Amino acid sequence: MQVLYGRHHVRVYRFGLRLVRDEQIAEDLISEVFLDVWRQAGKFEGRSAVSTWLLAITRFKALSALRKRKDAELDEETAAAIEDPSDDPEVMAQKTDTGKVLRRCLEQLTPDHREIIDLVYYHEKSVEEVAEIVGIPENTVKTRMFYARKKLAELLKAAGVERGWP
Amino acid sequence: MTALSKIPDMPPEEVEALLPWHAAGTLSARDARRVDEALARDPKLAKQYAVIQEEFAETIHLNESLGAPSARAMQRLFAGIDAEPARTPSVTSTFSARIAEFFASLSPRTLAYSAGAAALALLLQAGVIGAVLVKQQGNFQSAAHEAQLDGGARALVRFTPEARVSDITQFLDTYNASILAGLKAGMFRVQFGDKRLTRDEVTNLMKKVEQEKIVSFVAPAQ
Repeated sequence: MQVLYGRHHVRVYRFGLRLVRDEQIAEDLISEVFLDVWRQAGKFEGRSAVSTWLLAITRFKALSALRKRKDAELDEETAAAIEDPSDDPEVMAQKTDTGKVLRRCLEQLTPDHREIIDLVYYHEKSVEEVAEIVGIPENTVKTRMFYARKKLAELLKAAGVERGWP
Repeated sequence: MTALSKIPDMPPEEVEALLPWHAAGTLSARDARRVDEALARDPKLAKQYAVIQEEFAETIHLNESLGAPSARAMQRLFAGIDAEPARTPSVTSTFSARIAEFFASLSPRTLAYSAGAAALALLLQAGVIGAVLVKQQGNFQSAAHEAQLDGGARALVRFTPEARVSDITQFLDTYNASILAGLKAGMFRVQFGDKRLTRDEVTNLMKKVEQEKIVSFVAPAQ
């Protein structure tokens, strides 16, 4: 368990943190995820990678944790955490570090869009694996990724970064 | 025309949809080749791919900046494991098999994350031993907790990467040995029997253990 934990806990934590946006909850989440793994190793069917299984459990637990918090409270918190890029367009436009702006815009995506971008780019999950983790058809995975990227492009455009797509 | 180039073209919108996975390197070889071919003949698509590569890099940057959980999470986990009810031997045995299958199922891509096959073999070995063998000794202690047994010679043992769980179990049975602590610097801390041994006896024991096929290194330890 130590080894399994050592190999995967950081990615599981980061995936959970991006979903729940609360370090304390994300830490509680990983303990619960690995404890579940300890209890239910027999349920691992071996058809997917261990990391895919772990991320699917993490996602399920993260959503349960989020449900425990009042939706309204969460929305308010999330909204408060997001700075409106239109607050100071000049400052944004003056930013020469496109990477920084891009990361800022990635933070502003909706949870669904953020999740799929993280799974594809950071967790390096295939279309099939994302479908398994999120519980949606493979075609929906591709469509959701497309719209996530489109939304990202819109946010970047609003922040003064024109990339010629879409 | 080569056989490989006979792969039928994908519709442009399908190629476009696969670009993020191409950037992440998670497409099948066949799809990756199709996308590569499309990129080579379509400058507009190639431009979009450059944009995607930037997104890919910044998403990694963003996630890497999130830091790591504190030790509290691990302490909580192992406290939870210790609080779990003891399992019966038969259940433990089944669990052992499950864990072995579990690790055996690591995909090639997952394997690619490791520094190397040998290192991974050691890690898997440690995982199985930590999770299963230590528990099979009846103490039901998690690998995070070092058992403290009285008497017996103690040694640091490194098993060969080829050693299977069954080999290690057999080894432990043969020497009436217990694993006191998990993998540290590639080695396990093992206690042999429960009787105090003279210096000569320890030396002889170490020589004998050293001859074992599955042992690549052994040294007396406190």
